[in-house]
Amino acid sequence: MYPPSLVVTFTKKSSVKMAKLTSLFVISLSFFCISEAVFEDQVGKFDWRQQYVGKTLFAHFESNTQSSKKMFVATDKNIFASFNSRTGDLLWRHVDKTGPEGSIDILLLHGQDALMVVGDGRLLRSWDTNIGGLNWEAVLDTGSFQAACFVAIQDTVKLVAVLKKAALSLHYLSNGHQKWVENLPDSDAVQYQAVYSGGEEEVYVLGVVPNSHLTIIAYSLEDGEIIKQRSVEASWLSSVESSCVVVGQGVLMCVDPATLALYTLPIQAEETPEFSQILLQVLYLSPTVSPGFQPVLVSSQPHPARSPLSEFFLQLGPDHHVLLQLNADGYTIAPLRDFQPAFLVSFATTGKKTVAAVMTPKNETVMLRHSCDPNPRWLSPLSFPLQACAINLFSVDSGRRLLDTTVLFPLELNGGKPHALYVHAFLKKDDSVGYRVLVQTQDHALTFIQQPGRVVWTREEALADVVTMEMVDLPLTGTQAELEGEFGKKADGLFPMVLKRLSSQVTLLQAWLAHLWKLFYEARKPRGQVKNEVTIETLSRDEFNLQKMMVMVTASGKLFGIDSKSGSILWKHYLENVQPNAAFKLIVQRTTAHFPHPPQCTLLIKDKDTGLATLHVFNPIFGRKSHIALPALPRPILQSLLLPVIDQDYAKVLLLVDDQYKVTAFPSTKNVLQQLQEMASSIFFYLIRSDQGNLSGFRLRKDLSTERIWEVVLPTEVQKIVAVKGKRPNEHVHSQGRVMGDRSVLYKYLNPNLLAVVTESTDTHPERAFVGVFLVDGVTGRIIHEAVQRKARGPVHFVHSENWVVYEYWNTKSRRNEFSVLELFEGTELYNSTVFSSLDRPHLPQVLQQTYIFPSPITTMEATLTEKGITSRHLLVGLPSGAILSLPKMFLDPRRPEVVTEHSREENLIPYAPEMPIRTEWFINYNQTVARVKGIYTAPSGLESTCLVVAYGLDIYQTRVYPSKQFDVLKDDYDYVLISSVLFALFFATMISKRLAQVKLLNRAWR
Amino acid sequence: MASVPRSFLLLSIIPTILILCADFACCNTGRKTGDGLDTDFSGFSVPLEHSFQVDDVSRFRMRGALQLRGGRETSVSLSQSQLSEEDRNTLKEVAAVDGLYKIRVPRVSLTDRQTERQMDGYLTAFVRACSLVESHLSDVITLHTDVSGYLIGVSIVTIPGACRGTEVEDEVDLEAFNTTLTIIAPTNAPQPETALFIERMDIEHEKRGKPQEQKSFFAKYWYLILGGAIFLMASSSAQPSAGGAEEQQS
Repeated sequence: MYPPSLVVTFTKKSSVKMAKLTSLFVISLSFFCISEAVFEDQVGKFDWRQQYVGKTLFAHFESNTQSSKKMFVATDKNIFASFNSRTGDLLWRHVDKTGPEGSIDILLLHGQDALMVVGDGRLLRSWDTNIGGLNWEAVLDTGSFQAACFVAIQDTVKLVAVLKKAALSLHYLSNGHQKWVENLPDSDAVQYQAVYSGGEEEVYVLGVVPNSHLTIIAYSLEDGEIIKQRSVEASWLSSVESSCVVVGQGVLMCVDPATLALYTLPIQAEETPEFSQILLQVLYLSPTVSPGFQPVLVSSQPHPARSPLSEFFLQLGPDHHVLLQLNADGYTIAPLRDFQPAFLVSFATTGKKTVAAVMTPKNETVMLRHSCDPNPRWLSPLSFPLQACAINLFSVDSGRRLLDTTVLFPLELNGGKPHALYVHAFLKKDDSVGYRVLVQTQDHALTFIQQPGRVVWTREEALADVVTMEMVDLPLTGTQAELEGEFGKKADGLFPMVLKRLSSQVTLLQAWLAHLWKLFYEARKPRGQVKNEVTIETLSRDEFNLQKMMVMVTASGKLFGIDSKSGSILWKHYLENVQPNAAFKLIVQRTTAHFPHPPQCTLLIKDKDTGLATLHVFNPIFGRKSHIALPALPRPILQSLLLPVIDQDYAKVLLLVDDQYKVTAFPSTKNVLQQLQEMASSIFFYLIRSDQGNLSGFRLRKDLSTERIWEVVLPTEVQKIVAVKGKRPNEHVHSQGRVMGDRSVLYKYLNPNLLAVVTESTDTHPERAFVGVFLVDGVTGRIIHEAVQRKARGPVHFVHSENWVVYEYWNTKSRRNEFSVLELFEGTELYNSTVFSSLDRPHLPQVLQQTYIFPSPITTMEATLTEKGITSRHLLVGLPSGAILSLPKMFLDPRRPEVVTEHSREENLIPYAPEMPIRTEWFINYNQTVARVKGIYTAPSGLESTCLVVAYGLDIYQTRVYPSKQFDVLKDDYDYVLISSVLFALFFATMISKRLAQVKLLNRAWR
Repeated sequence: MASVPRSFLLLSIIPTILILCADFACCNTGRKTGDGLDTDFSGFSVPLEHSFQVDDVSRFRMRGALQLRGGRETSVSLSQSQLSEEDRNTLKEVAAVDGLYKIRVPRVSLTDRQTERQMDGYLTAFVRACSLVESHLSDVITLHTDVSGYLIGVSIVTIPGACRGTEVEDEVDLEAFNTTLTIIAPTNAPQPETALFIERMDIEHEKRGKPQEQKSFFAKYWYLILGGAIFLMASSSAQPSAGGAEEQQS
């Protein structure tokens, strides 16, 4: 680190005195910018990172001993990761490419090796599970992936078989080399779907011609020669994958939902037998399959070198499972136990013992008692009546319940239903079976439970896909709120007012004394023990409003309230029935500033196919749903806008525009409607139809209908609109202009209604492709500026703020990323300095633009935001490497001079350089990389110098940035003692010298 | 509110024709124009329509005709009629209730005459009627085109733009439009200026390079070396006689 203060003083001196030293000046300027990196002892003090993996597709436990700690998951975000099963922390994580190229088809685990097929059968990978290193990787032949299994030779697993649409290949486990690959016969007609090996000398491939027959091919392990090939009549069978499993000594077991029968067929039999049918009725099973439910068979093959168990589960309904056993003759089936109701079942094997875990609902409500909280007022949000699930172990051989194996799994009221069950069974010292269980719920959360029902950890994997977020101020403490309330209320006589003031002063004094006592009490304790546990009860705003509530909306429909200081999840709410392709918009309707009204957030959930929208209104601090009457929204919603109009309860009015251009107000009280009628002629909004290239403006009428007042059409055959951004409504601009070198002022064009519209050409040829940037006034539809970046294409990332737009694009000619900045100025005179109106700005602004080379691609971009807008701005740029770059806006200034002059030096303008530097000190997240950054959210804090930043993507990272350094905060090492002692010394010195002077004067007068 | 007959419109004197030609050397690079056809063709005309109603329902009527000339030098001119007595009264009424004065032009292409008929729809813009009245019908109409010469937007502003509520007494002020007409095509955004920067760097390098090479190490620091040598000699000669402490004091 460079000592910043020293450099700053040098800068000032140099700019005044030593005009000659241009180069030095530039260097010192850049030092000025550098001095914002984190010191070593500040790491983790103001920032935190949470790493996620996404929705689990496959999960395995390391080994079946009690002491093993590792578990492995593969997820829908193309991630292979290992957790410490004691804490839930990530041990290691491999992030593959997004999209189908990196999708994980299957994860198999054997000993120390984890086998993975990636990208629809593109790659076969083997990982060392101890350290997470790659053992080997083999490129597979083309063809879509169907199935894979381990193959054992003489009791040891040495090979892995991969079945593709038209080929079967065997690979060595040790090095990935291919043993042999064989094309499957008649692969056009037959759909090969399963591969089976039971430890013999053959490997079997099962294929089906739907509703015709089943094909079984046996390959020799040695050379891939076809030993046998048979086809069995099966007109009822449509898919092997979904309705068949192998049980016992190589018996194929299939279920037919139409006839409600099980079919068995020995795979290895020499002759050509037929399926033997067993009707479910014969087994005394109620043949009541839920309508539309496809019965599912679940079997278990504990070791690849041995044949599967002869016991299996048959699922007949969403909550109905039956444990069945195939008798030794291979034809008859005996029912062992009927489980109804039962949500989930799973087999688990340890040593020689195999058990079945069954999850059943438990219909007693459990009150979660919050320990050692004497204040009953706060109990209400925590003591939800929880419906619990019980997990029991059953012996597979007999179907008997094992004693003392019940585990209670608490289901949260606003959580998801259980979705999958992964059991880690082990033998205890007394040879009984113990187990731990991982439950995956519909909201993508993973919960790890230990006997007898202790939740060891929970991972909220929904947070791997945050869609949108807001930061909400925390509420005031009780005493602060009381003071606020005093001023908020109407005056009711002099005497009661005085009494009220006195009482509130007394409460304040009480609170202060309590605070002092706490300070004193905690000071006596050793440092390690003082823990500031953040719970929902202790939430209150801090002095500088640095701690806020992060409300995060995830793609799965789960909402989270996260404390920005610690990163702990304070509340969560799962919205069921959210479509997977829904679009979300989060709106803060009422902040915490209006005590006693609770803050209010509204989430607009819009189905992308139908356009129909629903509203979810909640309190962002506690996450509870508000019981406010919601407007009926029968028509698709095109646009929503938050007005600055507030109703009598201080909630901002939300307007929803439907596809007939009718407007619905929320809340729609009489007061609001009256206000809307009064203001109707000054409420304008715009709609954008990017498929038609149409931008149009509307004005509200008094009867809440609308009229179209302007229209701009960008022909879709030339260019298509890719993004539109307005300015953030909570943005403040402190200075109206920039003081230039000659002491005149260049006024900024600060149009709050300005929209930046970015288009891309439909012609993608590198010579003719272009990116268009339009600045359109959202009220009048006037095109303020229209620029074309030639030989450029997207993806375009841009930020629109104050009087500038910064965009980044790909230069197709030079093959590089470039940054361009547009700044708008009114000129040296303001047209109307008191108020800005889009309707009364006849002159177009001056537009300045400059372009720079940026040496890295970027994934997202956002600008810092502070309370009053005095602090200089930085751009926060998310890079694909996971770093977040804080780029001073100073470097993106179209007034950077080509040739340095006296004036430009006076203005502190950096001379133009075509390349934008990337300095490692500018990475605000030092080594805490944020994988797959998708968005950056900035929020102002109570300190003007400080901006809160949250970067989200696969990980979530929260920190603070100080774009102009902490000019309003004293340093940590500020020497209070020295300063105060000097002050006191000076004070006394003046007192004494004054006295001495008086005496001397007196003496002189006497003389 | 009967609309003005067409024959009358054509006969009436053109009050204002203002041709403002922006520099369009680059606006047609996206698409090659059939130059032979376009240069011979003396442009084409599209209607400019306006609407002002007390109830704010759009009923567009003819205001004038825009003469557009595409090609290398895009230009535009406007021929428009005076407002009738009835229109003037309506406009004043609309201004009194803070209504809107809207204009629209059809979507056309300046370069490609074939597709003109295929595109349907209009480009619309508005201005407050009161500001139009108070500015005595002095308005600025701007037509925007995209890279390939399609009209994409129109805008209208009045100068001055504010509504101060001043009464316009003189009927003559509201008779004829005083229109400034502009056509604007997209500007080319700048590329990174590498060539100029490298040139400047070279110049600076040359400037800085020369004086540094001239002075050698000894030439620069001969006095220090000489002083050091003298000091060494003096101290070595003083060593046998006196102690270290005395030497430091002296």
